[in-house]
Amino acid sequence: MTAPGEQPPATYLDTASSEPLHPAARAVLEQALEAGYADPRRLHGPARNARILLDNAREATADALGVRPDEVTFTPSGTHAVHLGVLGLLAGRARHGDHLAASAVEHSSVLHAGRWHADRGGSFSTLPVDSLGRVLPEVAGSPAVIAVQSANHEVGTVQPVAVFAGAAPVFMDASASAGRLPLPEGWDAAAASAHKWGGPAGVGVLLVRKGARWRNPFPTDDRVEERATGMENVAGALASAAALQAVVAERAEVGPRQHALIDRLRHGVAAIEDTEIVGDPVDRLPHLVTFSFLYVDGEAIVTELDRRGFAVASGSACTASTLEPSHVLAAMGALTHGNVRISLTRETSANDVDRLLAQLPGIVADLRAEAGL
Amino acid sequence: MSADLELDCRAMLCPRPVIELARHYTEVPVGGVIAVAADDVAAATDVPAWCRMRHQEYLGTENAADGVPVYRVRRLS
Repeated sequence: MTAPGEQPPATYLDTASSEPLHPAARAVLEQALEAGYADPRRLHGPARNARILLDNAREATADALGVRPDEVTFTPSGTHAVHLGVLGLLAGRARHGDHLAASAVEHSSVLHAGRWHADRGGSFSTLPVDSLGRVLPEVAGSPAVIAVQSANHEVGTVQPVAVFAGAAPVFMDASASAGRLPLPEGWDAAAASAHKWGGPAGVGVLLVRKGARWRNPFPTDDRVEERATGMENVAGALASAAALQAVVAERAEVGPRQHALIDRLRHGVAAIEDTEIVGDPVDRLPHLVTFSFLYVDGEAIVTELDRRGFAVASGSACTASTLEPSHVLAAMGALTHGNVRISLTRETSANDVDRLLAQLPGIVADLRAEAGL
Repeated sequence: MSADLELDCRAMLCPRPVIELARHYTEVPVGGVIAVAADDVAAATDVPAWCRMRHQEYLGTENAADGVPVYRVRRLS
């Protein structure tokens, strides 16, 4: 194994991709790895220990999210929780129809589930959004299931999930907001991902409302829990629950502070000529903003910021493995090149934001000059 | 449909087609039409977005003989 290179620690501004492990998770993780190795379904002492830890994780997660413990299932990833949620509601509705309508700005895991469903004889369409990225509340036809995220993962806009309740069972991808904002009403199944709130990677959360018609769309095994995929990551689930509890306990303080820092960033970036700031300025996630600089190559600006010690994400085509621009920005009609997404940690300071704002105008001017403008 | 100037931006990756549009649109008179032939998929979003941000009129797209989209813009200022 090699250690990471000797470099000053980066100013990490990509928590919407993955949040650093919360200190509350770190302590629990080590203890739970020690005590939670056994199969919770066996009948011996170590198994009972693991069962207690898993039940604790479920109860703490339910409490932090405001749901019932028996509505919570831990999955091997957020993506897998999304696939189980979307396709499981569709399977539960099979006698009523096979049409899935999902907002055009869903995370790719939702859209891939829709295409997978369509490839197997179902039908799939997307719901348009306005220029802020907010899904329009009209639904054509009578879909069997509607998928709408709690908030957008790229531009931060909060979605009106509750307006879709009653039209059809609603799947809600809550990955971008879980822990940061209370869950809205109106969904039947939901998904989240622990590493986006400061838990370890490899823990997703599937929520299925009591009474919702949900059937496992995938092959399972002989284990008891209908919704679980194999043996749960017991230690990871408990650490994730500890992080979630801490994030929820801190959010009355962290949320407004992050919201104000993003306002400061939006204001500062707006002073750079030919810049588009994307997403709802007010009704949004507290910690995230996306903007695009006209004539700038997205990969170049991410690389220049990385050289100066800032870790940021981009939705521009040249930064994506697919060479396609962000489907979120495209659905909004927003500029897709020169794109930067900033997402704050719980410790990001006004000084961090100001240091970033001090660098951006020069980088953008240099890249535009290189482009001949 | 004809244009006063057509830019061949085939095989250019984003943001190059929009940069070429910005560099050359002043070569047509105000009220004139500049066309950009670009096969980069981002141009479908970025040419209309450029028109919105730079206060020019996006007229729409048609396909060239080789199937490549041609984005048409009217210079307003």
